[in-house]
Amino acid sequence: MSGGHKLSCSGIRFLGVLGSVCREAPAHRLRLTGAVNQPDWTLQIKPWIFNKYRTIWSRSYGVTFSCLNRIKRPPWMRLYSTSQTTIDSSEVKTFQALAHKWWDEQGVYAPLHSMNDLRVPFIRDNLLKAVDDHQPGKPLSGMKILDVGCGGGLLAEPLGRLGASVIGIDPVDENIKTAHHHKSFDPVLDKRLEYRACSLEEIAEETIETFDAVIASEVVEHVIDLETFIQCCCQVLKPGGSLFITTINKTQLSYALGIVFSEQIAGIVPKGTHTWEKFVSPEKLESILESNGLSLQTVAGMLYNPFSGYWHWSENTSLNYAAHAVKSMVQEHPGPAEFVIKEDTEELQANTSPSLGMPEELKK
Amino acid sequence: MAARLVVSRWAAAPVAARAGPLVTCRRWSGAAADTVYDVVVSGGGLVGAAMACALGYDIHFRDKKILLIEAGPKKVLEKLSETYSNRVSSISPGSATLLSSFGAWDHICNMRYRAFRRMQVWDACSEALIMFDKDNLDDMGYIVENDVIMHALTKQLEAVSDRVTVLYRSKAVSYTWPCPFLMADSSPWVQITLGDGSTLQTKLLIGADGHNSGVRQAAGIPNVSWNYDQSAVVATLHLSEATENNVAWQRFLPSGPIALLPLSDTLSSLVWSTSHEHAAELVRMDEEQFVDAVNSAFWSDANHTDFVDSAGSLLQHALALLRPTKVSARQLPPSVARVDAKSRVLFPLGWGHAAEYVRPRVALIGDAAHRVHPLAGQGVNMGFGDISSLAHHLSSAAFNGRDLGSMSHLTGYETERQRHNTALLAATDLLKRLYSTRATPLVLLRTWGLQATNAVSPLKVRGCARPSGTRAH
Repeated sequence: MSGGHKLSCSGIRFLGVLGSVCREAPAHRLRLTGAVNQPDWTLQIKPWIFNKYRTIWSRSYGVTFSCLNRIKRPPWMRLYSTSQTTIDSSEVKTFQALAHKWWDEQGVYAPLHSMNDLRVPFIRDNLLKAVDDHQPGKPLSGMKILDVGCGGGLLAEPLGRLGASVIGIDPVDENIKTAHHHKSFDPVLDKRLEYRACSLEEIAEETIETFDAVIASEVVEHVIDLETFIQCCCQVLKPGGSLFITTINKTQLSYALGIVFSEQIAGIVPKGTHTWEKFVSPEKLESILESNGLSLQTVAGMLYNPFSGYWHWSENTSLNYAAHAVKSMVQEHPGPAEFVIKEDTEELQANTSPSLGMPEELKK
Repeated sequence: MAARLVVSRWAAAPVAARAGPLVTCRRWSGAAADTVYDVVVSGGGLVGAAMACALGYDIHFRDKKILLIEAGPKKVLEKLSETYSNRVSSISPGSATLLSSFGAWDHICNMRYRAFRRMQVWDACSEALIMFDKDNLDDMGYIVENDVIMHALTKQLEAVSDRVTVLYRSKAVSYTWPCPFLMADSSPWVQITLGDGSTLQTKLLIGADGHNSGVRQAAGIPNVSWNYDQSAVVATLHLSEATENNVAWQRFLPSGPIALLPLSDTLSSLVWSTSHEHAAELVRMDEEQFVDAVNSAFWSDANHTDFVDSAGSLLQHALALLRPTKVSARQLPPSVARVDAKSRVLFPLGWGHAAEYVRPRVALIGDAAHRVHPLAGQGVNMGFGDISSLAHHLSSAAFNGRDLGSMSHLTGYETERQRHNTALLAATDLLKRLYSTRATPLVLLRTWGLQATNAVSPLKVRGCARPSGTRAH
């Protein structure tokens, strides 16, 4: 068992985001069984439920899109109804344990920390391509970003430091608490970041064409209805806004490492944790993006070296990859297009130093 | 097997391993009103002030808050005094580039500095010498008074006062480190308590507080150090006659190296490392005696032995046969006429090196990380090298939106600088020991070594590329 554990770990690290699964799962199963026997199991068990949820659906996403309803789980694993209970001391302890897991750079989320070396410059540089000049020191200032499935805020914080206003959403209440708590110590980030425990659909209703960028990093492989998900992303993007996605490709290699090796050979991850069918190939992604009025700009492969702990860009997209798509400037439907122009001119009037290039084009 | 390795690497908690015994964890005590700085530099000497400047002028640090804490008063020269200061530094071209990058070098050029184009190092126990010079008219380095550098840095810090706050006459009395793991109610930043009882917090603390670094001690970073059996005497000397004076001279006496660094056509700065007793005597004796002692230290052949002399000339002839082109001719140092009154000061010498330069949210630079014998003139240049490296790593970290105190880029700085500094520290210590003896085999060895090196230009080019000269404390 222990040998298998070790083996599976290294294999799964290769997929980075899956890393936590094999390390966490056995311990949690034990604790779950133990806890059930205790009278106050609801309170004690809850954080572990979240943790399990968190680890199974590594960058968990969406009430609506979650495939949780597909797996059999005990009736008490009701993820969202229990999250509203008042915090008690036993929960705070486990919450602390969670907090340090997210923000321990050498911990189980180390691959996600080091992925920032790639994804932050990727997002920054692609966003800066669209603007003429930027403020030194905070190049992304003035940009509104939605981080879907923000987890502990690992990606939202660097973007906030670059000056962007970021809204991070995650369906797991504990993640949002961790993220919120972590940013609260930094007075600058505290102002620039906002976290909400909600689904993309919930926020999409109130934030139509609000964001300069939407980020779904290590999320789409857990989404059940990718069409609807992309549609919502598109809905909240301003025309010309950017959608950034990092995920796992649907290849034989990702099947071998992610499913066969970790779940069936090593047997640490419960069978069915990852559904290879839900992995998305860049081609599939592109067709969904195109049908929603997003044009794919870049696809770049990312490789994780489990020995050095660093990610590298690669020509090879057969495992992990990053994609950048841009929402078309002109809307197909006349309604939203008028709305765009109106909004833009309003912003223009509010702005004391307008750069007139764009709105003039629109007026014509 | 490989998989096992991976897991064990992850299983080991590097954070815990790095946490020294002195790491204290204090509960977040509701002091949320403390100002949170992005970077605090502790120690506003040449290196600390230059560090604050480098960050203050960095384009990716425009939105950051930097604080410099200095125990002493603000040092601005109202008017450059006629007499030269006895505290001078040799600034390598690399260090000059760093100073230019944030505009401080212009101030220095407008005030006072002396370029030197050649350096001659020779042995008191033999004829062996090595000559560094540049064929083109590039400068090998610059001798600048510390007061002038400090003035330039202070001026440049004033110009970025919106980003860099300087607290003069303040001292950090205690540091509270964050817990290795973020607990729900503890601050993740380093908390600093100042002498007046006020507290502040920082995401990254840079220790530039000299070889007795309080930051290093508080962080529990082990430090290897020893005192040399030598003190250095510095003085400002007047030459007998005005010369071009663009050569830095250094002679290895059995008691320690003596160096003469050009300040102007008629003035040079002396750095004489010798035994504690002799140093004290040199400071005590009257001016005439002192001048005689300096001249005889440069000119005397009393330590020569016939055997080494003939062995040396043998190799010299052999080299001349192999390489008929001329090896730089020996030049004679200028003779000294008198010493500036009250310019004689002595300070003890030592060697030290910190085992680690970084911890989570802490980095050491300059003498806090390494202390070196002045014979190679590397002290301040090593410090400026640290600044270039650390500023570069922090700048790209800031542009990538990283947490500035994160180990991921701090270790990059540590690796880069330790690789450079340890070699230099070891070489300097070896030279000091090699030249502190009269034992014939060693004298012969170093004589041949120096002659051979002088004849082989690639080695000299390597030596030349390194900043050279002597830093007076």
